[in-house]
Amino acid sequence: MIATEAHARPNAAPDERYYTYAYLDEQTKRMIRRAILKALAIPGYQVPFGSREMPVPYGWGTGGIQLTAAIIGPEDVYKCIDQGADDTTNAVSIRRFFATVADVATTEDTSEATIIQSRHRIPEQPLADGQIMVFQVPQPEPLRGLEPRETETRAMHAYAEYGLQYVSLYENISAYGRIAATAGYPVMIDERYLMSPSPIPKFDNPKMHMNPAILLFGAGREKRIYAVPPFTRVRSLDFEDYPFETQSWDEVCALCGANDSYLDEVVLDDQGQHMFVCSDSHYCADRRAKGHAGPMAGHALAHIETEIAVEEA
Amino acid sequence: MHAPLNLAELRPGFSEPVRDSQSAFRALLTATAQPGTVVELGKALSPPSGLNQAAAAVLLTLADQDTLVWLEPGLRGGAVESWLRFHTSCPLSDQPEHAAFAVLVSASLTSGMLSGFNQGDAKYPDLATTVVVMVPDLHSGPALVLEGPGIENVAEIAPEGLPEFFWSERADLVAHFQFGIDVMLCAEAALVSIPRTTRIQFKGE
Repeated sequence: MIATEAHARPNAAPDERYYTYAYLDEQTKRMIRRAILKALAIPGYQVPFGSREMPVPYGWGTGGIQLTAAIIGPEDVYKCIDQGADDTTNAVSIRRFFATVADVATTEDTSEATIIQSRHRIPEQPLADGQIMVFQVPQPEPLRGLEPRETETRAMHAYAEYGLQYVSLYENISAYGRIAATAGYPVMIDERYLMSPSPIPKFDNPKMHMNPAILLFGAGREKRIYAVPPFTRVRSLDFEDYPFETQSWDEVCALCGANDSYLDEVVLDDQGQHMFVCSDSHYCADRRAKGHAGPMAGHALAHIETEIAVEEA
Repeated sequence: MHAPLNLAELRPGFSEPVRDSQSAFRALLTATAQPGTVVELGKALSPPSGLNQAAAAVLLTLADQDTLVWLEPGLRGGAVESWLRFHTSCPLSDQPEHAAFAVLVSASLTSGMLSGFNQGDAKYPDLATTVVVMVPDLHSGPALVLEGPGIENVAEIAPEGLPEFFWSERADLVAHFQFGIDVMLCAEAALVSIPRTTRIQFKGE
């Protein structure tokens, strides 16, 4: 990672310190800010933007990092998660990056954060008015898997011609007996634009509907920004006889006992032992701190998370 | 076309451009995400006569060499034009249909004016003009009820100084969503953003 040290610059004058505040130059931030406002004015529409080289490779969250850099200010409290977890390499690196270049406070607490950058999850705890979710998006075009030509998909969005998407869902049903998509499940925004919710599990799709927070999506490699304003209708595509369903589990979280969160399966050995744990690490830790316990409470994995959290602090 | 630049009379922009434009943008982000919400921005600015603080803050925050700005004729050729060129380096245009941003005073609105701005392209609706309208205030005019994305139930505003045809002509333009203009109403240091998705009615209708 670049920008982990040598940025203290003790001799820099206060105004000089802010010359390259939040890594991006001012002209780039203005360009991204204009794109964000247009994205909010046309919910679900992918606004092209001049994505910059970032100090991480494409696929590591360059779109989300650029969005965050364009909106963040020193009063913000920043949380970054990767597949729900605050303590994974990518999340820790990006959080440190913004603590360094933007002088922001960081947190793992969902309710404390003003900006939550996420790779592929929406936190379990409901978002609040005034919060901003920033999603890192690998492929912003929901129709790309069906139609490789950008000129064609752009025309399909222009004329709201989404028959191909429904055919694809129908083929799913005829092949598997159900709509098999589990992540990046396509949604209709305010009954106009088809949108990819980035590969969040479809478990999280209903959380976007009439959500009080601002949802911003950034795809760095594909150079697109799109947004869902607060209190906007978000409908997961389905059929009358095959209604939209989210994932569900027979198990509860092995550590905290939650039966309402998105669970990851963790393989424990080569003897077939496994456990299910909350993908949202803060939600799980918070529940355990409040005394909730799952069937494998006290397992060594729970302590690993605690140790990392202590070291971070 | 270029007004001579008189540095002695040039009014300042943001005192801390990086910090101030970030906080102004966050106000614009809140305003645009939640239409009808009145936000404060540009309070510390002393813009040239003809431009109010909120409109000045919008331009300092969003305009640069990549954005074509249309100024209404009353603002051209004088202190506003010099100030804008000096602080943002934005190119100015006489053709409203090419403008990324248009700046005008509500008193000089004429019927049919709004349809002259860029309404966006079917494939690139983001090219539509953002119309910055300066009004006397946001609370003593006829009450309006707002609905649409960003608004939980309904929002109410009461901007003063807008002719009645403004709302009917805007409604006609945004009826063909994804086409349409996005409006920012600016009064002193207060701003309300009305993106094209917002549905507006006079209260009581």
